[in-house]
Amino acid sequence: MEKYRIDQSKGMEFGLYTLGDHLPNPLTGERISAEQRIHEIIELAKLADQAGLDFFSVGESHQEYFATQAHAVVLSAIAQATENIKIASSSTIISTSDPVRVYENFATLDLISKGRAELVAGRASRIGLFDLLGYNVRDYEELFEEKFDLLRKINEEEVVNWSGEYRASLKNAKVLPRPKNGSLPIWRAVGGSPASAIKAGYAGVPMFMAHLGGPASVFKRTVDAYREAAERGGFDPTELPIATAGFFYAADTSQQALKDLYPHINEGMKKTNGQGFPKQHFAQGVDPHNIMNIGSPQEIIEKILYQHELFGHQRYIAQMDFGGMPFDKLRKNIELIGTEILPAIKKHTAKK
Amino acid sequence: MKIVALSGSNVGSKTRTAMDYTMKAIHKKNPEADVTLIDLAEYDVQFSDGRNYLEYDGDTGYVTKTIMEADAIIIGTPIFQASIPATLKNIFDLLPVNALRDKVVSILVTAGSQKHYLVVEHQLKPILGYMKAEIVQTYVFIEEVNFYRKEITSDDVFLRIDRLVEDTVVLTETYTKIREAKEAEYDF
Repeated sequence: MEKYRIDQSKGMEFGLYTLGDHLPNPLTGERISAEQRIHEIIELAKLADQAGLDFFSVGESHQEYFATQAHAVVLSAIAQATENIKIASSSTIISTSDPVRVYENFATLDLISKGRAELVAGRASRIGLFDLLGYNVRDYEELFEEKFDLLRKINEEEVVNWSGEYRASLKNAKVLPRPKNGSLPIWRAVGGSPASAIKAGYAGVPMFMAHLGGPASVFKRTVDAYREAAERGGFDPTELPIATAGFFYAADTSQQALKDLYPHINEGMKKTNGQGFPKQHFAQGVDPHNIMNIGSPQEIIEKILYQHELFGHQRYIAQMDFGGMPFDKLRKNIELIGTEILPAIKKHTAKK
Repeated sequence: MKIVALSGSNVGSKTRTAMDYTMKAIHKKNPEADVTLIDLAEYDVQFSDGRNYLEYDGDTGYVTKTIMEADAIIIGTPIFQASIPATLKNIFDLLPVNALRDKVVSILVTAGSQKHYLVVEHQLKPILGYMKAEIVQTYVFIEEVNFYRKEITSDDVFLRIDRLVEDTVVLTETYTKIREAKEAEYDF
């Protein structure tokens, strides 16, 4: 785990992620400016850092209702504004970028942040960027696999010799600057289904698993498939970290949490995905065995510990800013995480 | 209430003829309903390439968005090679998983032979069920002999279509009320 900068004696890591969505607050119908949204994301990272959270990440989506297309630039501002928190992408769509440029950006980010940068590479769940950036969506899988391989090669080798189908060959290429300690933790983003997890496992790459809703036990299959594949690929699964990522919201009671969060998720998803979140499914989100971490701080602690027992993961990443959530609510959540949730999680998951 | 009448083929005229009468029946009984007829023969719809339905432009985007905004969909389809036409299957492929949740879907079929009667049961209803539609179980099956030069010649067909429209509207109103009552109970 050391290679991935994870110290399990300190307990499971807890972080935040944002997709960088830029949506109206459904309660007022108003949308803050892109400028304000970006500054609020930087501020959120600052608060998370001050509250002792371990990790903060920003995603890229190249379409309407998003503001962090240039996520590496936003992360660089976050690097400057924070001191201890790890910072990463969630995720970088490597398929439609040049791995050399991506690596240069994130190695630089690692230097700016003094060794706190990580990279999560994904395939994109929203595919508008293929047209925008001049790629054919029919190459969706191959673009990712080839460029992800190259990205990892650049990370592991200072002098790169490589040839592939979607990018010019590299001959004795030095990709500079190098990260602070020579390499970066690079994760594969997995959308919850076992197929993609198996690819991550075979390659011996850490898995960053996103989950929307449903029973936690369903995602255990993905975790198991990942570890089994890693073993078949000749890797030791106990040396490969797993992060899980999904909706989070804490309030005084679970009923209040549902009330505060639902309109943001439902209206936000209508705008970005074209379908809302059914109330019936959302109401099940407070069930102790549901993967969504919604409820009172105590309920959330129990849920996260249950998930930890199930998955044995090293990091949990919460998404709580989706759909125009007002900043005062985010501030309140960070406070609850920092004072109640985080200390309990750390205490119960620290490996002696 | 938003109703889409979807004529699912770009070949032939019988399904469209039956859908034209269906439109008339809706207008007559439910003048307040917001009804849109989409005849796939009149649109240039591309094959699904896996993207989100919001990301399609032109006719494809118009058709998918209009269907997704509907409360009820009346599908008219012929039977080709003992199945639904590719044009109609493509519409389902363009839409997301669970696309028909909270929508009532009813069916009208035109076919050259009685042998095709169960095609809807075996091939169309499973798709609608998978996509979470509330299906109006009884469908209108119209044989070729009931048409003469783009006219329906059977009073029985008119009456059956009238009943299909009525069932579609009644079930849509009913399911809407049930859903509203259920959602109000959640208190969030």
